[in-house]
Amino acid sequence: MRYAYYPGCSLHSTAFEYDLSMRAVLEKLGIEYEELRGWICCGTSPAHCSSKLLGVTLPIKNLAIAEEDGFRQMIVPCASCFSRFKIALHETEENPELKEKVEQVLNYAYQGSVEVRHPLDIFYNEVGLERIRESVSEDLSRMKVVCYYGCLLTRPPKAVNFDQCEYPMTMDNLLRGCGIEVLDWSYKTDCCGAGQALALTNIVVKLSRDILVNAKQVGAEAVAVACPLCHSNLDARQKEIEQTYKLSLNLPIFYFSQLIALAMGVDKNKIGLQGHLVSPFPLLKKIKSTSSSARPSRG
Amino acid sequence: MKAETMEKVLTQETLKSDFTDKIAQESDQNVYLCYQCRKCAAGCPVTYETDYTPFQIIQGVIYGQRELVLNSKMIWLCTTCETCTTRCPQEIDIARVMDAARIIAQREGIKAKYPEVPAFFQTSLQNISWFGRLYEVGLIMMLKLRTKDFTKDVGLGIRMFLNRKLKLTPKPTAFREVRRIFKKIKEIEEAS
Ligand code: SF4
Ligand code: SF4
Repeated sequence: MRYAYYPGCSLHSTAFEYDLSMRAVLEKLGIEYEELRGWICCGTSPAHCSSKLLGVTLPIKNLAIAEEDGFRQMIVPCASCFSRFKIALHETEENPELKEKVEQVLNYAYQGSVEVRHPLDIFYNEVGLERIRESVSEDLSRMKVVCYYGCLLTRPPKAVNFDQCEYPMTMDNLLRGCGIEVLDWSYKTDCCGAGQALALTNIVVKLSRDILVNAKQVGAEAVAVACPLCHSNLDARQKEIEQTYKLSLNLPIFYFSQLIALAMGVDKNKIGLQGHLVSPFPLLKKIKSTSSSARPSRG
Repeated sequence: MKAETMEKVLTQETLKSDFTDKIAQESDQNVYLCYQCRKCAAGCPVTYETDYTPFQIIQGVIYGQRELVLNSKMIWLCTTCETCTTRCPQEIDIARVMDAARIIAQREGIKAKYPEVPAFFQTSLQNISWFGRLYEVGLIMMLKLRTKDFTKDVGLGIRMFLNRKLKLTPKPTAFREVRRIFKKIKEIEEAS
């Protein structure tokens, strides 16, 4: 099976490390993929908040390209793009009049032959935990992580149809499969403020603080995410959050694919970790030194 | 007759207003299904900052309260997190109702309670229609010009740039097709 790969705008710019690490993991797992030719922006919230037709047409246009190129499955790592694709498909299915309009705009009748998949779903349900475990070569067992899914991977369930909408476990299970210590917590699917980052920053600062504080309370040393917006709100805004609320957080935010890549022995300098504003290197050094010093005493 | 009057007051027919119809049409949702449980309000992440909760917006739509809804803080604070939609026991897609209110407010040129939000939407869409993709540097610069807030986030922008997170040159891709899509949609929307 050859997958189409839709990076979306973020993975080509602010989230380049999500792209780098995702490709590294896909290659480690021997998954064949090809970047979608001539892909365009999915429109994200500015489109669906301004025009229903536009918000649905832009994702379908990309699916039409994939269909014309004969792909049956498309990998969409960005949670925000993923949700726009799923919602566009759901809405055109429910509303034939809307579907007709989309066809009129595109001069193309999309047949629905391309399945939109998030890489978490592919890794967990296609590749499977057993093969993931077999591919792990590095010991990350001293790293305590919470998995943050955010809003759009699981909501609304009738459109995205991915895992349990209030307490998903796919990322938790995958990272446990990579030997990481994954903790339970309460903010897995709470909103970080998302796209309000560029308009109403005080909302993002407050909501992201709540998330990071809970992560810290349960003893996490890092947060794993699957969305470029979540990453930039939790990582790039963390300093502002600390200053606003007089807190010390210092929580590195990883894309889940960076953690899988590390576990599979990909060079830590090749997955964009230096691009993070909260540096993950002190933590990586710490878990390494504790694991090598612990090893002899365990025999 | 008394009973008749009562019945009249309580039917959807008497509640019907142009505004309710417009929202219903734009969102494809039947707001009359709301049975006032307020789960949508309880789960919404921005109620701490809002004037009206999502539940009150739904009620506002039912009662044709155009001004209340379109002038509310709520429709612009909404992060489109889909929690309300997920939890509504009556399966009303409340997030789509919020979309519809924002669409109508923008279309009718209503002054938003938070003008930076529609400014962000419009700037982003302009970026997409020019480049086919959303390029953050162009977006941040245009947004600053629109909202005349030049200091906000400049420090963060510089830090992100130094960490090579922002690329400075947009690569136009398939932009002719995107411009055609934008134009065609505008035609269709203006005709309807
Ligand atoms: S959750 Fe649904 S039924 Fe309950 S108050 Fe909100 S809109 Fe009405
Ligand atoms: S989608 Fe909007 S209204 Fe609904 S819960 Fe989220 S922020 Fe609140």
